[in-house]
Amino acid sequence: MPKEDYEIVIGLEVHCELSTKTKIFCSCSTEFGGEPNTHCCPICMAMPGTLPVLNEKVVEYAVKAGLATNCKIAQNSKNDRKNYFYPDLPKAYQISQYDMPLCYDGYVNIETEEGEKTIRLERIHIEEDAGKLNHDDYGRGTFVDLNRAGVPLIECVSKPDLRSKEEVDAYLRKLKSIFEYIEISDCKMQEGSLRADVNVSVRKKGATEFGTRTEMKNMNSFRSISRAIEYEANRQIEVLENGGEITQETLRWDDISGKTFSMRDKEDAQDYRYFPDPDLVAIRLSDEYIENIKNSLPELPESRKKRYLEEYKLIPKAANFVTSSKYYSDLFEEAIAICKNPKTASNLLMSEVARILNEREEEPDQIPFSGKELGELVELIDKGTISSSISKKVLEELFENPKSPSKIIEEKGWIQISDEGAIKEVVSKILEANPQSVADFKAGKDRALGFLVGQAMKETKGKANPQMLNQLFLEELKK
Amino acid sequence: MELYELTVHELIDKLEKGETTSEEITKSYFDRIKEKDGQVKAYVSTMEEQAIAKAKQIDSDRKAGKKLSKFAGIPIGIKDNMCITGTCTTCSSKMLENFVAPYDAMVIEKLNAEDMIYLGKMNMDEFAMGSSTENSAFFPTHNPWDLSRVPGGSSGGSAAAVASDMAPWTLGSDTGGSIRQPASLCGVVGLKPTYGMVSRFGLVAFASSLDQIGPITKDVTDSALLLNLIAGHDERDTTSIETPKKDYTKSLINDVKGMKIGVPKEYLGEGTSAEVKEAMFKVIKKYQELGATVEECSLDIGQYASAVYYILACAEASSNLGRFDGIRYGYRTENCENLKDIYKNSRSEGFGAEVKRRIILGTYVLSSGYYDAYYKKAQKVRTIIKKAYNELFEKYDLLLTPVSPTTAFKMSEKLSDPLQMYLADICTVPVNIGGLPGMSIPCDVDSEGLPIGFQLIAKPFAEETIFRAAYTYEQNTNFREEHRPTFKGGEQ
Repeated sequence: MPKEDYEIVIGLEVHCELSTKTKIFCSCSTEFGGEPNTHCCPICMAMPGTLPVLNEKVVEYAVKAGLATNCKIAQNSKNDRKNYFYPDLPKAYQISQYDMPLCYDGYVNIETEEGEKTIRLERIHIEEDAGKLNHDDYGRGTFVDLNRAGVPLIECVSKPDLRSKEEVDAYLRKLKSIFEYIEISDCKMQEGSLRADVNVSVRKKGATEFGTRTEMKNMNSFRSISRAIEYEANRQIEVLENGGEITQETLRWDDISGKTFSMRDKEDAQDYRYFPDPDLVAIRLSDEYIENIKNSLPELPESRKKRYLEEYKLIPKAANFVTSSKYYSDLFEEAIAICKNPKTASNLLMSEVARILNEREEEPDQIPFSGKELGELVELIDKGTISSSISKKVLEELFENPKSPSKIIEEKGWIQISDEGAIKEVVSKILEANPQSVADFKAGKDRALGFLVGQAMKETKGKANPQMLNQLFLEELKK
Repeated sequence: MELYELTVHELIDKLEKGETTSEEITKSYFDRIKEKDGQVKAYVSTMEEQAIAKAKQIDSDRKAGKKLSKFAGIPIGIKDNMCITGTCTTCSSKMLENFVAPYDAMVIEKLNAEDMIYLGKMNMDEFAMGSSTENSAFFPTHNPWDLSRVPGGSSGGSAAAVASDMAPWTLGSDTGGSIRQPASLCGVVGLKPTYGMVSRFGLVAFASSLDQIGPITKDVTDSALLLNLIAGHDERDTTSIETPKKDYTKSLINDVKGMKIGVPKEYLGEGTSAEVKEAMFKVIKKYQELGATVEECSLDIGQYASAVYYILACAEASSNLGRFDGIRYGYRTENCENLKDIYKNSRSEGFGAEVKRRIILGTYVLSSGYYDAYYKKAQKVRTIIKKAYNELFEKYDLLLTPVSPTTAFKMSEKLSDPLQMYLADICTVPVNIGGLPGMSIPCDVDSEGLPIGFQLIAKPFAEETIFRAAYTYEQNTNFREEHRPTFKGGEQ
């Protein structure tokens, strides 16, 4: 049976580090980086006799996440212990939430080729992150760094509603953008503050039962997630096609070989012995508390999109793109406050900025310049100071060395030539050098004009004002 | 009378009158420790040098007219499961033999604020698991009334030190009777406060939902004084409860007229020795003479308390003790080639038999497939027990029971039979399950001269009622005047 006859079913558990100043159960800093074991204290190192105290901000942020993803908020909730031994887990249990998560029954909408699709969220719960193990390059052993131990996380568990790697990508980007909008996380995948466990199964199209799933843990780039889903789905189909069975197991995705590997055998199946943490009192939230958080939520992407369509008359594609990330959207709003040209600003973001980011394998949060620079750049185009081809070069320069675009063009000598005399000179030179094209044009081949303009642009290193160039060529040719 | 024989309120009197100094008091305890601790073995470690230095400092401050707490310069012994910055906190375990805490327990911060002096750390059953202090990884503690017998446990060192005048008072911790049972077996006053009254921050956890720190003292007045110092909400322990600050010495009133005391008949049944029963009837008679109404009542559900206790306490312990993994601090095996070895061998070698038994029990009851049958059911029964207590406290101000069904038993008598040992807690465990306050008050000795205690139990945060009734009993009887430890039964 061909691949096309199978349906891929994917569910995600997304872990998102919350950007609270302090850890979930102690007052240590959550800052990323820092020398090993400098952001820890007796509590997050699990010294005997220490006790956790729940950081109220964590509850607030999680409730925000729940409300922004249309979840119901549990007024009665609790913390549970998930028991297992590992050197990065100092207490030998992770404080998490088991059967009473803070948020449940939510959904987000994603854009797919077939239009909008609703992805249901089973739950969002709060938990603490573990530390990190550093394996010494010189073979002196493994070192435990507890800076990350106790950094607050939310885990968002989706229903198995996703059917392709494209949908997964759209869903992840949507979640990321929502969390950025409500400012509960910086969602930096490269720093591990957004990671996903990906559950994949396949079944024959039309089947009602799910197939056996495998889980790939701790995936932290969009690209790896897409590749891993593709690989794993194909692997499962191949196993089934060859009459085999899928084993429910945890797999490790190896980005270099592009393959998944089995991590644990059945013998090691973990029994986490969840039970309510007796050190922490139950979490009780009043209607008023939840209502206050609801009222404090900022404008979410859906609503911004609507505004961009109506107020700024962006085309749907542009509105979707700009609101897909809070970083784009904020940059855009800051830029149009200066340049008053939403169309050009959104076009630059959608075409050039996205292209450069893609080439650099970076995410929008890594854009090194602000909306001020973007706005100024659009103004320079609008005033005719630079051509759109120069604007691309300015953008590239902005990524390398962010500063005022007018300064960049001045330093680089990229100011557009709009002096009629100078352009006339170039036009004459090009006409002289290309008699054949001149003849072609006169014989009715309009395309020859494009060639001549291109030659002139080349001659001026792209600095000639294209409108003027066009006009002067036409004037000369019609003489 | 020697200084070390006095109660703390008597020592404070003497200090205030200028009849003694903190240095004299402190030295008298260390002299007494040198004299008696070789036989009793109540201390895991002593802190003589720093204690005397601190006493001298306080004396000179007092002389200079500096405003000091009335407890400044009063010595105290601390059970070795509470952290004091810079000193070893061993929990009487090989696992923590060399663990030096970099922080103070909340109770220690409070005592520091009063400028109190630490005599040392008291021996205990390893990680507070046991009823005889024989489970200490270092050495057992002996009962000063008969050195061939146990002092009870797990706060056996804390109780034996007070009984033998090696400390004027001590702090113990009580998860299922660990303050009250040794206090009873050693003839001193032990109070387990309401769960949530004293911060557990810095108390090495055994069973978080049951553990509570409390005073072990020579009399009821000292108990109220020490509770005044340690009680109160602590933002670092979210299970500690915010209540208005009280002065418990105001409850030391010699009057129980009109008070209603219930005596659950189940605790005077066949498991309780005849001499203990007889002592209870004498206490009941005394309270009746003093004007209280004493009635028989029933706490039928209480028979399940021990089962509930050993499921919940072991479940919590199995998780609480996971952190002792040989990775960051504590004992690490020499015998390891990989991570699994570090865990397995560090824990096998670092923990004693009783601790391992409870970790295994606790792991079992939390395992998938057993959770509902054990842990969840135990939680449900716990709720029912609490409800039964609530109903009794609608009728009675206090409940009166024995503390221990027998007096101090012989050393190693029950060591090989854990179930027999677990029954030593049968009268005290239900109180922890209910989160209630309970006090052990010495009332008599048996035919062998071993102390017997009775227990007063009140509803949550009604310690005042307990203090009043206990104080009244103490004022109208003469246990301390009539009975003193004899240190008999020693080897020499």
